This record gives sequence, C-alpha cells and structure tokens, in this order.
Amino acid sequence: MTIPIVTVLGRMTLALLATIGAVTAFAGRALHRTVQPPYYRRQILRQMLEIGYYSLPVVGLTAIFTGMVLALQSYTGFARFSAESAIPNVVVVSLTRELGPVLAGLMVAGRVGAAMAAEIGTMRVTEQIDALKTLSTDPFKYLVAPRLIAGIVTLPILVLVADIIGVMGGFLVGVYKLDFNDTTYLRNTIDFLQFQDVFSGLVKAAVFGFLITLMGCYHGYTSKGGAQGVGIATTNAVVSASILILTANYFITEAFFAL
Amino acid sequence: MSPTPKISLRGVTKAFGDKQVLRGIDLDVAARESIVIIGGSGSGKSVLLKCILGLMEPDSGSIKIDGEETAKLSDSEREHVMRKFGMLFQGGALFDSLRVWQNVAFGPIQSDGMAPDKAKEVAIAKLGNVGLAPEIGELFPSELSGGMQKRVALARAIAREPEIIFFDEPTTGLDPIMADVINELIVKCVSDLGATAVSITHDMASARKIGHRVAMLYDGKLIWQGPVEDIDRSNNAHVDQFIHGRAEGPIRMQVKKL
Repeated sequence: MTIPIVTVLGRMTLALLATIGAVTAFAGRALHRTVQPPYYRRQILRQMLEIGYYSLPVVGLTAIFTGMVLALQSYTGFARFSAESAIPNVVVVSLTRELGPVLAGLMVAGRVGAAMAAEIGTMRVTEQIDALKTLSTDPFKYLVAPRLIAGIVTLPILVLVADIIGVMGGFLVGVYKLDFNDTTYLRNTIDFLQFQDVFSGLVKAAVFGFLITLMGCYHGYTSKGGAQGVGIATTNAVVSASILILTANYFITEAFFAL
Repeated sequence: MSPTPKISLRGVTKAFGDKQVLRGIDLDVAARESIVIIGGSGSGKSVLLKCILGLMEPDSGSIKIDGEETAKLSDSEREHVMRKFGMLFQGGALFDSLRVWQNVAFGPIQSDGMAPDKAKEVAIAKLGNVGLAPEIGELFPSELSGGMQKRVALARAIAREPEIIFFDEPTTGLDPIMADVINELIVKCVSDLGATAVSITHDMASARKIGHRVAMLYDGKLIWQGPVEDIDRSNNAHVDQFIHGRAEGPIRMQVKKL
C-alpha cells in the first residue's frame, strides 16, 4: 500500500504550519514576559556573560581569520585591474555588513543555542520546570526572558568586537604580506566606511541574538522523553537557528538595500 | 454543615489523545488530613497529582482548593493558589545550577522577596528539620546521595510553610531504611506545619506510615477509599491484590505472555 504523495505533502505542510504557530505563540509569550516585572537581573547578567564573554575566543578567532582571508582573496581579484587600494574598504564593508554578524551568529548558535536547549531540556525532563512553577516562579520569566534579553543585547556588542578584530586581521595581512602602508590602509578603511555599514550589521546581530536564544529556549522547553529527547532538542535548536539566521540575513539586507 | 474540604474534586477527567487516563475522579480531602493515593504504574496517579497542582489542565470537572475553583485558572491567576502548595518531586527536581541552600531558599527569595541573608538562615533551619548539617547547604545537588537529595527536596517543599504538601513517590529508589527515614520526616513535617498532605505511591509500607486515609486509583477511577486501618479488610479484590503484590488477580498488567 502506498500513501499518495498529495497526502504526504499535506501532512508535512500541516506539521510545518503547526510548528510555526507554536513557535510564534512561544515567542509572543516570551516577549510579553521580557517587559513584565520581576526582572531577574542576575540571570540576565549570567546569560550575557555566557553569550558574550565566553564566546569571545571562538568568535575572535573566526573574525581574525576571516579578515585575513578576505584581504588575500580580494587582492587576487582586485590586482587584476589594479584596484588594490580598494582592498581595505572591501574588507571592512564585507565584515561589518555581512560576515561579522553572520559568522558570529552561526558560531554563537552552535555554542550557546545548543547549550541553552540542553540545559532547559534537561530541566524539563527532570521536572525542574514543574518545580519552578510550584515555587510560584514563572519559567518564562525566570528561564526564557533573561536569555532573550541577553541575546538581543549581547550579540551586537560581540559583533562589534568581531568587526574590529576582523579589520585587524585584514590589516595584518595587508601591511605584512601585501606591503600596504599601514597609515594608508587604516585611512582607506575608515574614510569610506559609512555609518549604515556598521549599523545594519548590528541590527542583524540583534535579530540573530533573538533567533538563537528563541530557538534554544523553544526546543529545550518543549523537549520530551529523556536523554534522547534532549539530544534531539539540541540538534534542532542549532539547525533551526542557523537556517533562520541565513534566511533573516537576506531579508534584513534587502530591507537596508532599499533604503 | 461540615467544614469546606481543603481539596475537593468532582468528575475530573483527562485524556492524552485516545488514551483516557482519568475517567471522573471524585475526592475530598479535609484540612490537616493526609491522604495516600495508591495504584500501579501507569494508572494515572501522577496525572491526577499534576491536575490538582495545576501543572496540567483537566479536560473537564471541578477542582476546588479551599472552596475556590482552580481547574481553569491561567498561570498568573494561579500564583496565589500555588503559594499554598509545596511539592516533593519523585526525582527531587533540585536546580542543579544552584547550591543546596539556594535551592531551599528559592521560594522565599524569588517569590516572597525575602532578603538572601534571612532566607539562608531559614534554609539552614529547614535543612536542620530534615536532619542535614548546615555545611551540606554549600554543596551542589549532584554531590549528594539519592537519600540526601530527597531530604533537600523535602526541605525545599516545606520552606514556605505550605498549607498543602504533595508527595510524588517519596520513597522510590531508596533503600528500605532510608525510605523509612523519609517517611518519618514526612509525618513529622506535615504534623509540625499542620499541613494537608496528598501523596501518591506504590510502596505500601510508605502508604501505611504516612497516610490517614487511602484511595486506590485503577483504570482512571478511584475504586476504593477508606481509613488506612481498613485497608486489610477492604473486601475489594483489586485492593487486596495490590497491597499483597500478587501477579494473579483482577488487575491485569499489560504484558505479553512469554
């Protein structure tokens, strides 16, 4: 017996719509709680440290090598029509508008999104979330809201740092390998940089921070079963956050492109 | 007229998909009474407890706490009802990122706004009530044995001096001696607080020790309830089979014949 393909497609569409609905309801409930007291300041600070400070090494390494590669690769291209002087500008624009937020977002999704899903998922399957409720503490306020706030606030800061480190990577390659004059390189970097380049990158970062923490919390909070359920939640959190980052990235870019 | 029961259930039902777990539960628990709900694995004991606590919403029926209808309350409306409750979870459900004393002081600090210094004193006093030294308070839950985790969980459940305490399989996974220690602590804590207690268990030694009254849940219904002294002369074949732990009898476990 075979199931008609239309039935399969229909079921998949329904499941997808149900998930989108559930995530939207979850996000709405969580955002509503972020603006309601009580604010768990310690939890917000702890999450900011986790997302920002402890992600610095991995994001910094990603940024510096990306900046270095950018400088080398754009040299290969631009040297063909003697436009080497554009390299500093290409490096800084690519980093601030695109690679800084996207790469930092993907790295943080792998690091923090997974950890959040695993932690909240374990709390779910060991009844710690029920225990919070019996202690008159709203798990959305105590667990989800602090993570969302920390994600939205911290990721732009992290991306700003990544931008600077990435530009430094490009600078190192430019000056020590491609024989740029250091002053000229820096001047070319700064003179052509526009406020919007950095600003659009930081807007992206805030959105990505929201998406990463939302996916981590949602998949953790809704995880079922034991260790296996938590494992699935962790995978789903990272995969869905990565896809959402890349999708949102296009639409934010388009929105700023039109301006 | 008799006083309002502390907890009153009428026609409570709950289903998961096609599976009808609770098929109309009627139950009254008087103030300061300790009731034990017994029943086999998968008989719906935990679901019943979670419905009373408000962690699950029943499909139909009425659940009154001190005469107030709570079955359909939203999470925010429920907070003042939750304030009356304390719950000892089966696995302890201690917050593993917090120290033992922070676990015990969690309710007083987060929900009642008690200053941390004062809450720590309260927590250490509660740990003393369950026979744990103050030094234990500085440890993390993962550093404790199962019996000690249960005691900490008990201390957390009584930290806010609740009016009603729920016990979910309090002795499961403990050796018989530690189980008896926990049973005695439960009896002591409940009587010290003057609290009402609702326990679910399949451990008959525990049920006899902590309960004033016993109710048996089978196939989604309470098929028998009465004082704990009467349990040996219930004249109910299901109860007899359960308390003597026989494989043969009216209760059929869903296992395939080998």
